[in-house]
Amino acid sequence: MTATDKPKAPGLLDGKFSPTRPLAASGNLFAFALDVLRALPKRPFQIREFIQQTWFIASVTILPTALVAIPFGAVIALQLGSLTRQLGAQSFTGSASVLAVLREASPIVTALLIAGAGGSAICADLGARKIRDEIDAMEVLGISPIQRLVVPRVLASMLVAVLLNGLVSVVGVAGGYFFNVILQGGTPGAYLASFSALAQVADFWSGEIKALIFGLIASVVASYKGLRAGGGPKGVGDAVNQSVVITFLLLFAVNFVITAIYFQLVPPKGQ
Amino acid sequence: MRTGLRRRTLPGLVNATGRGTGNEAGTEGQAVVGVAVEVEGLSKSFGSQNIWSDVTLTLPPGEISVLLGPSGTGKSVFLKSLVGLLKPEKGSIVIQDTDLVRTSEHKLYEIRKLFGVLFQDGALFGSMNLFDNIAFPLREHTKKSESEIKRIVLEKMDMVGLQGAEGKLPGEISGGMRKRAGLARALVLDPEIILFDEPDSGLDPVRVAYLNQLIVDLNAQIDATFLIVTHDIGTARTVPDNLGLLFRRNLVMFGPREQLLTSQEPVVRQFLNGRREGPIGMSEEKDVAQVEAEMAALEARGGDAHNGVGPKGASGGDAVPPQLTPTEGLPERKAERRRQERVARMLHEFDEETQEAIRASLPEDLLAQADSGAYESTQGSGGRHWAPEPDAVGSTGRGATATLPRQGGEA
Repeated sequence: MTATDKPKAPGLLDGKFSPTRPLAASGNLFAFALDVLRALPKRPFQIREFIQQTWFIASVTILPTALVAIPFGAVIALQLGSLTRQLGAQSFTGSASVLAVLREASPIVTALLIAGAGGSAICADLGARKIRDEIDAMEVLGISPIQRLVVPRVLASMLVAVLLNGLVSVVGVAGGYFFNVILQGGTPGAYLASFSALAQVADFWSGEIKALIFGLIASVVASYKGLRAGGGPKGVGDAVNQSVVITFLLLFAVNFVITAIYFQLVPPKGQ
Repeated sequence: MRTGLRRRTLPGLVNATGRGTGNEAGTEGQAVVGVAVEVEGLSKSFGSQNIWSDVTLTLPPGEISVLLGPSGTGKSVFLKSLVGLLKPEKGSIVIQDTDLVRTSEHKLYEIRKLFGVLFQDGALFGSMNLFDNIAFPLREHTKKSESEIKRIVLEKMDMVGLQGAEGKLPGEISGGMRKRAGLARALVLDPEIILFDEPDSGLDPVRVAYLNQLIVDLNAQIDATFLIVTHDIGTARTVPDNLGLLFRRNLVMFGPREQLLTSQEPVVRQFLNGRREGPIGMSEEKDVAQVEAEMAALEARGGDAHNGVGPKGASGGDAVPPQLTPTEGLPERKAERRRQERVARMLHEFDEETQEAIRASLPEDLLAQADSGAYESTQGSGGRHWAPEPDAVGSTGRGATATLPRQGGEA
C-alpha cells in the first residue's frame, strides 16, 4: 500500500473569499451553457417534453404578462402624452409610444416574466428532482439530464419568450392607445397615423431577438441553478432565489449591449 | 463491444469451473459473467475535507460484496464515485478496460448502462407512476414495442413483489415499496453491476430478510456483480461473498467474508459486534487510553461472546454464520464455485482462524488442491495478490481480490 495522503488542513475561511470564486462561478455557468448548446442537435429530440414544457411555461406566464403589459403601456402613454404636449409635438405621441413599447418595454416585460415566472418554476422543478436523487438516478440510467430535461426547457422558454414578446407588443400598444385617446383626449387619427413616423419593422425584430436571447438566458440560468441545488429543501429555495436575481442582472446587462449594437447596425428612421 | 469483452473474460473462468466438475462444460456457451470492478488508489475530497484516500479493492465478477462503515465515512460517496457521478481526485476505477475517472462524458454514459443502482429512497421520478418509472429506461434506451415493454415491466414488478401497484405514484406508497420499485427499475436493463445504497434503511427486519433473499436470488439468476453499502450487520454476516469496512478515511479491510468475520482487528470487531467499546466513537475517534480502558472492561465481562446482542443484527462473538442460499428451484449461484476457487488459492495468506472458517466452506476437491500446494502464492504486488491459475495461459488476474494489510499497528 502506498502512503496515504494526510488530510489537508482547512485554509483561511476555506477559500470562501478567494478572489477567483466569482470567476469560477461564471465560468461554470458558461461551461453549462456550452454543454446545453452541444446537446441541442443530439438525437433523439424530446418532442413530448418540449411540448409539455412549452405549454407549462406559457400557462404560467401568459396571464401575468398581459396584466403587466396593460399598465406598462399606459404608463408610457401617460408619460409621453404630457411630454409631447410640453414639447409641442403631440402629433408624434403615437409613434413615440409604439417605439418605446416595441423597442424596450415589451422585451423587458417578457424578460421579467420569463425569469420570474418561467425560470423560477424550472429551477424549483429541477432543484426538487436533484435533491430527491432523481437527477443522479437519471444519469446512472445512462440518460443525460441536459439532453433529456434542460434542452427541451431552454427551447420551450425561448419559443414562449418570442411569442410573449408579440403579445406584450400588441397589448402594450393597445393599452397606450386606450389611455392616450380615451383618458388624455388625444386624437385617434393622429395617434394611428403617426405609428410609422418613427418606428420601423426592424424595431419589432430587435424586440423579438432580444426576447429570444432573454428566454435562453433565463432558462439556462434556472436550469444551471436547479441542477446544482443541494442541501435539502432550503437549498432549492436558495437556488430559485439566486436564479431569479442572477437572471435579472444578466438580462438588464445584455439588454443594454443588444440595444447599443442595434443602434450601430440600424440607423433611426429619418436620417 | 460488450460481447467481445465478455468472450475474452469467459474462457479462463469457465476453465476454472470446468476443471473440478466435468458436467459444467455444457454451460460454456451461454454463461454470462458479471463484470469486475477494479478500484486502485482512489482518493476523494470535498474542498479541503478528505473523505477517504487510497481505497484499493476489486469487486470480483458475479459475487456479492458488502461495504460497511460508520455513518459519515463516505460510503455513499464511494458508491457515487463508482458510477461516475462524483470525480475522485486520484486513483482509477477500471471496468471493462475503461477508467471511469478519466474517461470522456460520452463513454461514461455508455459504461453506465452496465450499472443498476438502487438509491436510498429509490429515487423514483415523482411525476410518473410506478409503471412509467420502471419502463423509463426501456423507453429511453431501447426500441421495444409498448407491449414488450409492458411484459418486461410487469415481470420485474412481479419479481420484487409489486404486482397491482403499477398505477400508483411514488408519493402514495410506503418507503419499502419505493425501494422495491427502485430495484425493479434498476433491473430492467439487465445490468451487470448492481449497487445498493443502504437497502435496509427504513425497512422492518422481516422485509430486510425478504430483500436479502431477493438479492441472493437475483444474483443466482443474473450472475451480476453486486455491491451493497449498509449498516446492517445481519445482512453483512449472511449475504455477501466479500466484506469491506471503511473507517477513518481508509478502507480498513476488504476480503472474503470469513476474513472480516473472524478478524481480530479492533475496528472490525467493534463494528460487527455493534458495541460501544472500541476505537469508533460517537462523533469521531476516541483517545487510545479510553479505548484501552473500555476493552479491559469488556474482557472482564467475558468478551464479545458474553456481551449479549447488539443492534442491527449484531450478535455477540465472531462466528461465521452460513451464507444465504438461493430459494429452492432457482439455479445455483455460479459465483459460488468461482469464489471457492478464488478463495482456495488465497487460503495460505490468511491467519489460522480465517483459514479454518474458509476450509469449512470449501468442497473436498478444492481443499485437496489447496493442500497439495497446487496453488502457488504470488505475493507482494503492492498489497494486491493475484493467484494465477496453474494451467492458465497469460492470466489477466481478473477476479482476484485485494487484501489490504491490517492497520492495527498504525491506528
